[in-house]
Amino acid sequence: MTDADNSPGPHGPRTSTDPEPPGTPRHKTTAELQRTLESAGSAVARAAAVDLAQGVGRAAFIFATTVAAALVLAAPLTIAAGSDPLTAYTALYEGSLGGQRPVAETLVSMTPLLFGGLAVAVAFQAGLFNIGVEGQLVAGGIAAGVVGIKMTTWAPVHVILALLAGAAAGALWALVPAALKAWRGVHEVITTIMMNFVAFSVSQFLVKPGGALEGEIPTGTEPVQATAELPRIWEPTRLHLGIVVAVIVAGACWYFIYRTPGGYRFRLVGANPVAARFNGISSSRVIVEAMMLSGALGGLTGAVEVLGTHRRFLDSFSPGYGFDSIAVALLGALHPVGVAAASFFFGLLRAGSTQLQLEAGITRDMITVISGLVVACVAARLLLSRRAARSRGGAD
Amino acid sequence: MPEMLDIIDMNWVAQGIRLSVPLIFAALGGLLSERAGVINIALEGKMLFGAFAGVAVTWWTGTNVVGLIAALAVGAGIGWVHAWFSITVRSDQIVSATAINLFALGVTAALIPAIWEGGRANTPTVERFRRFEVPLLSDLPQIGTVFSRLSWFDYTALVLAPLVWLVLWRSPFGLRLRACGESPEAAASVGVNVIRTRYTAVMLAGVFAAMGGVYLSLVQNGLFQRGITNGRGFLALAAMIFGKWRPIPVLGACLLFGMADAYQLRAQSKSDLPVELFQALPYVVGLITLVFVGRAVAPAAIGRAYVKD
Repeated sequence: MTDADNSPGPHGPRTSTDPEPPGTPRHKTTAELQRTLESAGSAVARAAAVDLAQGVGRAAFIFATTVAAALVLAAPLTIAAGSDPLTAYTALYEGSLGGQRPVAETLVSMTPLLFGGLAVAVAFQAGLFNIGVEGQLVAGGIAAGVVGIKMTTWAPVHVILALLAGAAAGALWALVPAALKAWRGVHEVITTIMMNFVAFSVSQFLVKPGGALEGEIPTGTEPVQATAELPRIWEPTRLHLGIVVAVIVAGACWYFIYRTPGGYRFRLVGANPVAARFNGISSSRVIVEAMMLSGALGGLTGAVEVLGTHRRFLDSFSPGYGFDSIAVALLGALHPVGVAAASFFFGLLRAGSTQLQLEAGITRDMITVISGLVVACVAARLLLSRRAARSRGGAD
Repeated sequence: MPEMLDIIDMNWVAQGIRLSVPLIFAALGGLLSERAGVINIALEGKMLFGAFAGVAVTWWTGTNVVGLIAALAVGAGIGWVHAWFSITVRSDQIVSATAINLFALGVTAALIPAIWEGGRANTPTVERFRRFEVPLLSDLPQIGTVFSRLSWFDYTALVLAPLVWLVLWRSPFGLRLRACGESPEAAASVGVNVIRTRYTAVMLAGVFAAMGGVYLSLVQNGLFQRGITNGRGFLALAAMIFGKWRPIPVLGACLLFGMADAYQLRAQSKSDLPVELFQALPYVVGLITLVFVGRAVAPAAIGRAYVKD
C-alpha cells in the first residue's frame, strides 16, 4: 500500500492519545493541536473521497468502453443481416428510449435482468459460476404462479407469499448443483445447465393441454388472482412494482456482500479458498449458501415476470434473461451498482429489439451475440490491463 | 411393463450409438483439452459453429464433404480463439468459454435469416451423410441390424476413443500433453513447450467438437436449426467427468447417455407416459451419474494459466 498514510487505516484517524510525531514543536497549544488534527482528519476524508471517485470513474470508464466495443464489434453483423449499423442503432434507440412506452418497456426488461444479474454476481463473489438462472427462473415462475392462482388471501400478503415461493423454488433448484459441487466436486457450470433442461421439460409438462396447470390459452396457466399481481406503477404502460423490488433487493445484496460477516465469507472463499480454510471457514457450507442465495434471486427473476409482466405462468416466458444475466453480472463487475447499470443497458437492448426486427430485420438473437461480445470483452480486459501495467514498468 | 422391455432390441442399440456419437466426439475433445490443463466449457459453442458451418458450406457448394472439411476448419479456428483467451490472455477460462458459447448461440441463430430469407429458425435441408450396410457383417443374425444402421461417422467415433487413449498414454506427445495438465512448470523444466502443447490440445478439441456438431446437422438432420446442440456440449462434459478423464470410460459414459436417450425416444412412441418429462431423461441420468462418480479428480493444473518465467 503506497498511500497508506492518507487512507483511513484500521486504526482510524489519529486521536490526541497518539504519541506526537517526532520533530513536532513542543510549545503547541491545545487549540493548535486540535486544528492540526481536524485538517488531518479532513485530508483523510478527502483522500477517501478521491479514491472512491477514482474507483467509480474507472469502473464507469471500463463499463462504457466494454459496451462501446461490443456495439462496434456487432456492427458488421448488422450488415450481414442486410441492414446497416446506423439504421440499426436508430431503431434500437427509438424502441428503447424514444417515448413513454419504450422507456417503460426498457424498465420492464431491466427488472428480471437486474434480479438475474444479482443472482450470477452473488454466486460469482463466492467463486461459483451459476449459469443456471434460466432454469431457476422457470422454477420460480412456476411456484409463484401456483401460489398466485391457488391461494386466497389479502393483497400485499398474497404477492409477498408468491414472491417468496418463487425464491424458495429457485433456491431448491440450485440445491442440486450446490450439493454436487460441495460433496462431489463437480463443476457447477455443467450441473446448473443440465438443471435448465430439466426445468424446461417440467414447465412444458405442466402447461401442455391436459397438464396439471393447463389454462385457457395454449402453453400458459390461468391468470393469477388480482391480489397476487404486482401493481402497475406507470399507467398506461406495463411497468410494474417489480422494478422497485429489484432496486431494493440490489441494495440488500450490496449490504450483505460488503457489510456483513456472511458476505465477507462469500468473498473470502471466492477470492482465496485456501486462506478461507485456514480461517476456519467451511467452503462446502459457503458453496451451498451462496448457490442457494443465487438460486433464490434466480427464482425471484421468474416470479416478478409472472406476477408483474405476464400475470400468469407461460411456458418459455423468458426470452433468455437467464443467459443475458451472465453478461449483466460480468459487465457490472459483480457490484450491485454496476449490475444495475448493466441490466439497464441490456434492458435497452431487449426493449429495442422489437423495433430492430421491424426496421432493420435483425432478430433478437443479436442480443445474445452482444452478450457474448460483452463477456469476451470482459475476458480480454485482463490482457489490456496487463499491457498497461507492463508499459508503466510494473510487474506482470 | 412388457412393452417397456420390447424397446430393448438391436434397433435400440443402433439408435443409442447414433445418439451417443456427438457426445463421444465432443467429450474426447474436452478430454484432450482438459488433460492439457485447459477447462473446456466451450464445447457447446464449438459444436454449434461446426454444425452451422457444415450446413452453410454444404449448401453453397452442394457437396457435404466440403461442408465437413469447412466445419472442421471452423472448429480449429474457434479452438484457436479459445486457446488465445485461455492461454495467451490468461483470462478466466470459464468466462472466456461462456463468451464463446453465448456468441455461438447468437451468431448461428442470427445468421439463418440473414443468409436464407425469411424469419425462420432453421436452414433449408442439404445433402446428408448416409448410413450404409457393412458387407457380410450386416448379414449376421440380430447384430447385423446394427451394422446396417450406422454411417462411417459412427465407426470413426467408436475407434477414436481407443485412438485417443493410445496417443495420450503410449506416445511422447501424449505424455507431454498430460504433463502440461498436471504440472506445466515441471513439463517446462524438461523442455516441453507448454504454450504450444496447450494450443494444439485446445485446437484439436475444437476440431473434435465441430465433428460432433456436424454429426447433428449433416448426419442426423440434414439441416441446421437454432440451438441444435441443445446442451449436448455440457452433457459431453458430464460424460467426461463420469469417465474420470479416461478415453474408454468416457466412451462408455457417452454410450450410456445415448442409450438412455434412445430409450426415451422409443418409449415415447410405445407408451402414454408424458413425452415432456421423458425428454429430460438424458440430463437426469447425467446428473444421477455425477452423484455416483465419487469425488471427481481432475488433472491437477486444470484451469490454471501457465506463466513462462
